Amino acid sequence: MKNYRYLLLRRLTQITLLVLYVGGNVWGWKVLQGNLSSSSVLGSVPLSDPYAVMQIAVTGASLGMDILLGALIVTLFYGVIGGRAFCSWVCPINMITDSAAWLRRTLKFSEVQKRFYMSRSLRYWILGLSLILSAVMGVAVFELISPISMAHRGLIFGMGMGGGALAVIFLFDLLVHENGWCGYVCPLGATHSILGKFSLIRVRHDADKCTDCRSCITVCPEKEVLHMINRSSESVLMGECTNCGRCVDVCQEDALGFSIRSLIKQPKDKE
Amino acid sequence: MKTETPNERRRFLLSIARGIGLSAMGALVWSAYVGEVKAAPLVLRPPGALDEAEFIKNCIKCGLCVEACPYDTLILARPGDNLPIGTPYFTPRSVPCYMCTDIPCVPVCPSGALNELSVSSYVKNKAVLDINKSRMGLAVVDESSCIAVWGIQCDACYRACPLLGEAITIEHSKNDRTGKHAFLKPVVHADQCTGCGLCEHACVTEIAAIHILPRALAMGKVGDHYIKGWDKGDEKRLEGASIEVTKTKISEKSALDSLNDEGGL
Repeated sequence: MKNYRYLLLRRLTQITLLVLYVGGNVWGWKVLQGNLSSSSVLGSVPLSDPYAVMQIAVTGASLGMDILLGALIVTLFYGVIGGRAFCSWVCPINMITDSAAWLRRTLKFSEVQKRFYMSRSLRYWILGLSLILSAVMGVAVFELISPISMAHRGLIFGMGMGGGALAVIFLFDLLVHENGWCGYVCPLGATHSILGKFSLIRVRHDADKCTDCRSCITVCPEKEVLHMINRSSESVLMGECTNCGRCVDVCQEDALGFSIRSLIKQPKDKE
Repeated sequence: MKTETPNERRRFLLSIARGIGLSAMGALVWSAYVGEVKAAPLVLRPPGALDEAEFIKNCIKCGLCVEACPYDTLILARPGDNLPIGTPYFTPRSVPCYMCTDIPCVPVCPSGALNELSVSSYVKNKAVLDINKSRMGLAVVDESSCIAVWGIQCDACYRACPLLGEAITIEHSKNDRTGKHAFLKPVVHADQCTGCGLCEHACVTEIAAIHILPRALAMGKVGDHYIKGWDKGDEKRLEGASIEVTKTKISEKSALDSLNDEGGL
């Protein structure tokens, strides 16, 4: 059970949030209404997707107070506490990409398939491009194709043909590239990488306990963030870490665990 | 700071160049798609919506207006509906806007895409929500399929209109074919019609003979060249108008000279 602690907690969080959102539309619950683009908590506190608000802002729209305040609250929350936790604890696509990654590992595709080259920085290019295009086209361009919003709206308000987009992401992650969508393409994830870069909750590695079994690297969707494994005792500081806690779950030696980032700069190579 | 060898710098510059190249290709496909999706003008928006171009900019696609609508009039455009995805719209023939006096869909809008002030009137200097001020669209009658225009008695749209006798009036004229009946032709008044679609919903023909069009599509515009000279209020419309002088070949000189010179005479 301990091996699945954070995984189960994450699924519980994701599903609870979804049920609250669906309840908001179908049964008129006031707890959480709207969707991940913008919501209203208990009918009063606004929450908005900072990336969507950024796209709207560059179109030159007159921004409403509620979405500005909502984006500020979300930015502060992930910026101070959560890191990129949105991706692994809230986003509904996470369940799809996690299952594709799991199936890919189980079927051992990566061992046979030749690596299809994509750069991890692709998502930052897409992020930049989306902002330029939004300004030029006068509409939030990623919001018109975002499979994240499509999935979330679909589950709350009716799917339409949106299921196709989800199937494409699943197949892309399964057949083309391991963790392809979340780890390389998604500009919302890129935004959260930047927002959460300096957040306080971080995974910490204790190299003294590490036996170099590499289970953590196998399950990690952003393997480059674990560059210190078995080398040095330090926190995972890269913004791309989603704080999903899978590495903590699978580590049998307690060499990984969540901790508060130490604000005093540590000497780098402490053996 | 690391010292860079020329090769490293070359590699860095080339990787940037590759990014720009790929971005340009992505931009081409992406903007073509967005352009197509945006060009869907046949859509009716909730009360208080900004003009379509501004609405599309502002709407964050959260669906709070849809959740607030007690009649399930509003729907969020789904993939495959061929409308800007995730934006709210309604189809009056299925479910019209029932014109709630408290307009629950508008104040919940977090982005300002639905503007509360545009559906408010001032009572004792206080803004009060007034659904009659909404302009969601405009009812247009297709006289060729309206049975009332044929001479068969029907006033379904007139009776369904929430602004009874104001937005739709009935024009009586004599039916010469029978000699003893009247034509009861429905006439829509654009200055009163809210575009709620109750008339379209009520219309008895197979496909509604009265239907709601977006106002930008249904309406013309007079411009500054004509006014109702008999209407003092209409003159006010031109107060901010600017003088516009067109120059053609004939008007280059004064009227007299140009007439005298005509044809080299």
